Amino acid sequence: MTDAVRPDLAPVPFRGGGFLPRRIRAGAPLTFALVGAAWWIATARGWVSDYALPPPGEVARALLAMAADGTLARHLGASLQRLLLGWGLGFVAGTAVGFLAGLFSLARSSALPLVSALFPIPKIALLPLFILWLGIGEVSKVATIAFGVFSPTVIATFGGVDGVDRSLIRMAQSFGVPRLTIIRRIVLPGAMPALLSGMRISASIAIILLTAAEMIGAQWGIGAMVLASGNLMQTDQLVAGVLVLSALGFTVAQAIGWAERRLLRWR
Amino acid sequence: MDLVVEAVRHAYAGMQVLDGVSLTVRSGEIVAVLGPSGCGKSTLLRIMGGLERPDAGRVLMSGGVAPGTLNALTYVFQDFALVPWMTVGQNVRLPLEHHPMPEAERRRRVAGALARVNLTDFAGAYPKQLSGGMKQRTSIARALAVDPAVLLMDEPLSALDAQTRDLLMDDLLRLWTETRFTSVYVTHNLAEAVRLGHRVVVLSRRPGRIREVVEIVVPLAERREDTPALLAARDRIWALIREEAVTADRELAPVD
Repeated sequence: MTDAVRPDLAPVPFRGGGFLPRRIRAGAPLTFALVGAAWWIATARGWVSDYALPPPGEVARALLAMAADGTLARHLGASLQRLLLGWGLGFVAGTAVGFLAGLFSLARSSALPLVSALFPIPKIALLPLFILWLGIGEVSKVATIAFGVFSPTVIATFGGVDGVDRSLIRMAQSFGVPRLTIIRRIVLPGAMPALLSGMRISASIAIILLTAAEMIGAQWGIGAMVLASGNLMQTDQLVAGVLVLSALGFTVAQAIGWAERRLLRWR
Repeated sequence: MDLVVEAVRHAYAGMQVLDGVSLTVRSGEIVAVLGPSGCGKSTLLRIMGGLERPDAGRVLMSGGVAPGTLNALTYVFQDFALVPWMTVGQNVRLPLEHHPMPEAERRRRVAGALARVNLTDFAGAYPKQLSGGMKQRTSIARALAVDPAVLLMDEPLSALDAQTRDLLMDDLLRLWTETRFTSVYVTHNLAEAVRLGHRVVVLSRRPGRIREVVEIVVPLAERREDTPALLAARDRIWALIREEAVTADRELAPVD
């Protein structure tokens, strides 16, 4: 890398760049297509037996059949209802406690240690207890999901509220802005990024708990369907159910990503 | 309205920062409070506007305020304190929202305040899109929109680069000539203090006490960077504070 005339010259090596991820729109579809193609080739070539992993075509057929006779809608409907109720309850309660803990010293010193103690409990271990308390029906499943969503939501909300720029709050106070307006116009939007990233985590937790709860005791629901298919060795239906769960999680993540881009445009 | 500070004392965690400060800010004058870093001048300003409670002493308002005044004691902060998710227009509007008034009046106040700092065309911009000078002009517009009785300015030019600082200083001089507002202007910058202050209150190092009050008689409109009377005042004050500035420079900051 030396100049022909001045051999003592050497260019300054470039050391910057990187650490600037961009959004590539084609990235997600391409990755999915690649994984799907690998699956298809592996089954078509006989590298994997149909018994262990059915080819994509058969899974699609099983999915369509379930869609056609209405069982898919019924399973999905039951799951969505539990998911929305459980996640909604846990989210509302968690956000409320997180806000209180972020704003008031008493709530902070009492709620946070409790949440830290609750968070590491595997919530599915509590399902038998909830069944004893609340019966085998919907309530115990919804309670498990709500309980699982609660702790991460509290922690995310508290972190967001606690991280709101105090100088903005002092500014609002110096203009005599009422306390509730400060919470609504300064604290809530300031905590929004943390709230949304907390939602991402809690939504995944909710889907995991939903499936587990449905496997323990439910007639309808994607989790129940997956378990039943496994018992009958209907792997095509089983994989179809897993794909539905994955699509559910993916849709939620996309929706939150969309909300983030809309609500946090100011960043 | 006059603002009267009576024998204010204040300490943080046992460290005395203000020790018996008394001061009267008369209507229509700009009082520059000058002192080395850590002399408690920002604390004094926070106490004057009711953002902090002094350990002893009190701050009094004498004489009523004009009917249009929504927030008598209004701050302009060093770090601008603009809400990042609100546009320039929304930031200026924020302190008006909780006051009952017709929407047209609210819009008139926002438009008027933005016009006075030449930001009318930027009402829809977000703070992150603005230069430092525009950010501080937004925060000044927000303060003007409530028709304050006293503007409490906490090192408003310190976060800006030198050129922007000069431009904004001219803006402040023009604004004062237009409206004769009352103001307390806290700064550690001697040039700013003598340029803008009718009186310069020189604070001592911690614990902050008033060392001297220097009256500068040159009218604001006639002040230039090189006005001889200003240079003389500058030299005099510098002689007063030089030794303390040197000592302050050699001192460790207290650990909070």
